[in-house]
Amino acid sequence: MNRRSLFSIAALVLVMLAVGVLSIGTGEFQLSFGDVLKTLAGNGTKAQYLVVTDRLPRALVGVLVGAALGLAGSVFQTLTRNPLGSPDIIGFTTGSATGGVATILVLGGSPVLIAGGALVGGLLTAGVVALFAAPRGLQSSRIVLLGIALSAVLAGINSYLLSRATTDGAGQATVWLVGNLAGRDWGYFAPLAVALLLLTPAVAALSRPLRMLEMGDDTSIGIGVPVQRVRPALFVLSVALVAVATAAAGPIPFVALCAPQLVKRLTRTPGPNLIASMCMGALLVVCADYAGQRLLAASLLPVGVVAAALGGLYLIFFLVTRRRAAWS
Amino acid sequence: MVTIASPPGTGPDQGTSRRATRTASMAVLAGSLLALAAVVVLSIAIGSNRLSLGEVFHGLFAYGDGEHGYTDAVVRDDRLPRTLLGLLVGMALGLAGALMQAVTRNPVAEPGLLGINHGAAVMIVFAGALFDITAPTSIIWFAFAGALGGTALVYVVGGGRGTSSPIRLVLAGVALQAVFAGINQGMQVINTHNLDKMRAWLVGSLVNRDVGALSGLLPFFAAGVVLALVLGRALNAIALGEDTARGLGANPMLTRIGSMVAVGLLSAAATAACGPIAFVGLMVPHLVRLLVGHDERWVSALSMVLAPVLLLGCDVLGRWVGSPAEIQVGIVADVVGGLAFLFVVRRLKAVRR
Repeated sequence: MNRRSLFSIAALVLVMLAVGVLSIGTGEFQLSFGDVLKTLAGNGTKAQYLVVTDRLPRALVGVLVGAALGLAGSVFQTLTRNPLGSPDIIGFTTGSATGGVATILVLGGSPVLIAGGALVGGLLTAGVVALFAAPRGLQSSRIVLLGIALSAVLAGINSYLLSRATTDGAGQATVWLVGNLAGRDWGYFAPLAVALLLLTPAVAALSRPLRMLEMGDDTSIGIGVPVQRVRPALFVLSVALVAVATAAAGPIPFVALCAPQLVKRLTRTPGPNLIASMCMGALLVVCADYAGQRLLAASLLPVGVVAAALGGLYLIFFLVTRRRAAWS
Repeated sequence: MVTIASPPGTGPDQGTSRRATRTASMAVLAGSLLALAAVVVLSIAIGSNRLSLGEVFHGLFAYGDGEHGYTDAVVRDDRLPRTLLGLLVGMALGLAGALMQAVTRNPVAEPGLLGINHGAAVMIVFAGALFDITAPTSIIWFAFAGALGGTALVYVVGGGRGTSSPIRLVLAGVALQAVFAGINQGMQVINTHNLDKMRAWLVGSLVNRDVGALSGLLPFFAAGVVLALVLGRALNAIALGEDTARGLGANPMLTRIGSMVAVGLLSAAATAACGPIAFVGLMVPHLVRLLVGHDERWVSALSMVLAPVLLLGCDVLGRWVGSPAEIQVGIVADVVGGLAFLFVVRRLKAVRR
């Protein structure tokens, strides 16, 4: 890793920590920057301690969700060799949401169960997309259009499920479906952390072949990468990452799309940039959550809404600046 | 580049083939009108009370002779207005889709998928949240401004003059939709006053619309149709490519602007009437081209007949599947339309890797 990458990662982490502390400190009970740090170090008053322990898990869940999305996006964009090959464009995020909603409505809403449902939903969607893209495979640009079509179908199914649910279940599912970090406590943090502790090393172990895959299948096979085994493994891992993140916070759009691309501009290095993408994803989610809480005076916008609007703007910027890209 | 139009009637036996196409088109038109009549009857008959065919006809043609008072009232005051609304909105969406596909020469162009209906929706929510304007005759102007703005944006972001890359255009639509939806939700948070009404409306539904207000939307709809009729010949020329179009005496720039205004008028009327509905304008022109070929005038006319068949069909399906409650027509259109779009995408040959 070169010096610019290291520097970028350090800067991302620092900004993320700063926004995190800011996010913990503001709300109905205001704390200064210093007070939050003091309390985190164990030297605050009782009231401050309560506030921080209440808001800290929310911030941490945001960080982990963002990291998972950033990592998944980076892996996926490398696998499809397409800057638009991100889980949300291709429909996995909506598929995970469908799985999650179905689980909430049928089995009730414990985070672990939702994660299972989201994983099944994401994998099924991935299977359908792969099936439809079949003649040319994952690296065809057509996959983007297929994903958008499938997203629409799944979004309709989500609405249908909601319309048939009981008031309680529908309420819970609706709040979850927007992409929300409100009320995320340690009960959400723990399974998420465990899942990431399992998934991240698995991706790391495959990061060398992933880097090779970026050069194309033929080259990779030539230097001895078992492409037929590595690709599906990475595929499943990134769907799992999206599912875990979606289970914790609901579908948060566009983070997986933007993070790896922004990192590419920042570090100016080719390749997957896995660690930097994780940091960038975490920063984006924490910032979106903070903006949603504080942007409009005293009103709370869910993180998913802010991410959608900002991500949409980014996509517009991306389309305008890449007028003559190869995939168009 | 994806070409959706091939030059009509270029073979040696131009005369006969054109006449044959015309006969076939007339046959398709007759069939479509029959289908429309059938779906209208279904739309009046099916609901939380299922009416028999006799009751439907009695309500329609023998209203007020005292024999079927209750079912007559259901038909006249509830089902018939809803059906008429669906007819009008469907026609507007179908024609708007056909126009956009012709002028962009892009098979995925459609006001719903490209975020134009959402642009109209943003301005309507804006009018309600900030100025408390909710009367359909007033919001239509906001909707028109939003639809025009949305159209212009999607053209610019989607690549300007040669908007022929399906992926770029659809992505531009997805991006705009995301931004518009975010703005919508933000405004609802600021002003919770009209929240519930807005939420139901934003899904796209034909229920509980103020039918008196329809008359306020009619001028917009009529203006859109007339403009589309005037543009028919020029659109045919544009389908052959810009240079050929100029050679044939059409003005591509003027045609493009004219069709943008027409799409704006139609989308505004449809969205103001029942919220943003996607995919109806996408699927129908495709189906029509399969049936009658590429004369844009036929495509427009038949899209206006078949789109309401699809929209009312979706509405009936939502009432039937969801019974005793109902699923809003916007949701049904998403599911049905998304599935159809999957197949459209599979058929696109020219999407490059």
